[in-house]
Amino acid sequence: MSYVLILGAKSDIAKAVARKYAENGYDLYLVARNSNELEAFAQDITVRSQKAVKLIDLDILDYDSHQSFYDQLKEKPLGVISAIGYLGEQEKAQADFNEAKKIIDTNYTGIVSLFNIIANDFEKRKSGFIVGISSVAGDRGRKSNYLYGSAKAAFTAYLSGLRNRLYDAQVHVMTVKPGFVATKMTADMDLQEKLTAQPDEVAEDIYKAQQKNKNVLYTKWVWRWVMLIIRNTPEFQFKKMSI
Amino acid sequence: MSLKSWGGYPISKSIEFKFENNDSLKSIILEQESVIARGNGRSYGDSALSNNIINAKPHDHFISFNEEQGLLHVQSGVLLSDILNSFVPRGWFLKVTPGTKLITVGGAIASDVHGKNHHIAGCFSESVESFRLMLPDGQIVECSKLENTELFKASCGGMGLTGVILDATIQLKRINSQYINQTTIKTKNLKETFDTFEKYKSSEYSVAWIDCLATNDDIGKSLVMAGEFGNDGKLGYKSKKKLTIPFNFPSFSLNKWTVKIFNWLYYGKVKNTTSKQPVDIDSFFYPLDSIGDWNKIYGKNGFTQYQFILPMASSYDGLIEILQTISKSGKGSFLAVLKLYGKANDNYISFPMEGYSLALDFKIEKGLFDLLDELDQIVVKYKGRIYLAKDVRVSKAIFEQGYPNIDKFRELRKTYKMNDKFNSLQSKRVGI
Ligand SMILES: Cc1cc2nc3c(=O)[nH]c(=O)nc-3n(C[C@H](O)[C@H](O)[C@H](O)COP(=O)(O)OP(=O)(O)OC[C@H]3O[C@@H](n4cnc5c(N)ncnc54)[C@H](O)[C@@H]3O)c2cc1C
Repeated sequence: MSYVLILGAKSDIAKAVARKYAENGYDLYLVARNSNELEAFAQDITVRSQKAVKLIDLDILDYDSHQSFYDQLKEKPLGVISAIGYLGEQEKAQADFNEAKKIIDTNYTGIVSLFNIIANDFEKRKSGFIVGISSVAGDRGRKSNYLYGSAKAAFTAYLSGLRNRLYDAQVHVMTVKPGFVATKMTADMDLQEKLTAQPDEVAEDIYKAQQKNKNVLYTKWVWRWVMLIIRNTPEFQFKKMSI
Repeated sequence: MSLKSWGGYPISKSIEFKFENNDSLKSIILEQESVIARGNGRSYGDSALSNNIINAKPHDHFISFNEEQGLLHVQSGVLLSDILNSFVPRGWFLKVTPGTKLITVGGAIASDVHGKNHHIAGCFSESVESFRLMLPDGQIVECSKLENTELFKASCGGMGLTGVILDATIQLKRINSQYINQTTIKTKNLKETFDTFEKYKSSEYSVAWIDCLATNDDIGKSLVMAGEFGNDGKLGYKSKKKLTIPFNFPSFSLNKWTVKIFNWLYYGKVKNTTSKQPVDIDSFFYPLDSIGDWNKIYGKNGFTQYQFILPMASSYDGLIEILQTISKSGKGSFLAVLKLYGKANDNYISFPMEGYSLALDFKIEKGLFDLLDELDQIVVKYKGRIYLAKDVRVSKAIFEQGYPNIDKFRELRKTYKMNDKFNSLQSKRVGI
């Protein structure tokens, strides 16, 4: 089999996804800033699964580098999975536009730049899959993280449009909306156990859903219903709430 | 956070520390007053509980594999199940495996675990080429049978009380099938059960399920299972799907059920005195793993496993007395497993010795600990000992009598100042 391209490969979710795909016979391009920090992890995958793992540097905010990054891949990937995300600090972002911009650009602009390039290639080749890990935070803006949430909302809308566009080319696009996941990013938060997934559960869900060409995946699945309620709470009420 | 191990009792309030690398682990060890390493929390009682826990489970990289020699180098948080997923299809298996694959390599070393082949292959430490251990001062030492042998012998079976195991090189063994040819033998009483174990001594694997409520002439009635790996080249191993038990069962007595299950097997399913069938790895070695959180069926008060071993010479008399006591108490056990063990190794506080071991599960309820205290007296009288990996209540006095090398272990702990740094609820209770 051949390569899957994993973006934001240092994140805990990406690592679990990488192991899952290697276990199922795929080779991997692991992409991140300072990707050499992933050497021990790449070795882990090679020993576990005897699959090829290539580490590649990429800065998602360095838009000009994206085309050459993709061009240098000798063997084009079968699919791409983005786990890129930057939670940032909501309060800081309210006061300092640089933080707000970093949140928006990392979660949205940068991925758009790269996904455009990949989507065009997949469309031409009439094959491939694209998985974007967005967030339930994009389903409705809340005071505690609406900068992150709005960037994810934009990304969710982008993926939905891309799915629509690439349907005819038989390129499948899947939107993943994780709820709480126990990762480095959430290590300081007090998450409710029943609503919190482990990274390998998320990876398992993503792999299975992608293989079945699902469109939108909530993980854990209860989040589909939690978000249904949150989305349908009337605005006059929602604006008074602290959730 | 509140933390518990497999038995669900006790529940401790603990702070959990995770480490990114050896430097961060060192700072945790230096900064905290007292800590204990924790793997996957499959010890039954309080071996992996204390106020401060170092979670070694995320530390789970495979580092290298030497195909010629079958030597696998992994970090200590790697689960045995991960090793099987990767290596059974390539024709390798663990030299020694306990009855669950959901434990870490660190936990396997720290409890010096054993399995159905103890009479032939010994404990997990037999398969350990070497490991690296972080001591109380943050220093990292390589331990093996040739290097830092004292630390090796203390740490294998040392229940995390010598430091944090960072990574280990273990020897895998070749297999040519994922099936085990199993022979099941029905026995009528303890004498027959013992004779059967002796008869099948050269079988690679052997274990028995014993009916703990049998009385009089039937005492020791069992199903003995012996097995050898097949040779059919079928290695297509895929972990079984798990059933899960979603909530704690209401606390009713399980006795009736267990007895029924045993009887169903004994009188119904297993038709002949001796029967043979091929069984896959998961069903043979890890029957309980396929039922997810089966520990929840004991209800929210939890349960414990009482596992003891008696030396060969006193095994028969001791077991009869213990089985009689249990049968009289009416607190039969869901699972009772009997096994003939091989020679003890020279690790300081490893559990196994040559003789018979019995493991019984009990729901935690009023009167249970009195019964177990009574059993302790019999175990000690017959010169036996209790397995710390399962224990949650044994007293210092009973524990010490079973482990003649305990003072050597304590001395080594003092020399390296381990007793100031590495302690679990269990080690404090039994005074090590
Ligand atoms: C269903 C079931 C069946 C079992 N069958 C058997 C059996 O057949 N034979 C047998 O021998 N045991 C058996 N056990 C017991 C189990 O194998 C041991 O308790 C094992 O130690 C659990 O490993 P763990 O990774 O879950 O460790 P934990 O339970 O988290 O910890 C156990 C001990 O290991 C220490 N430890 C863990 N990681 C490290 C580390 N990195 N460095 C230093 N110390 C560490 C802890 O401090 C603690 O003392 C069984 C348990 C269950 C639940």
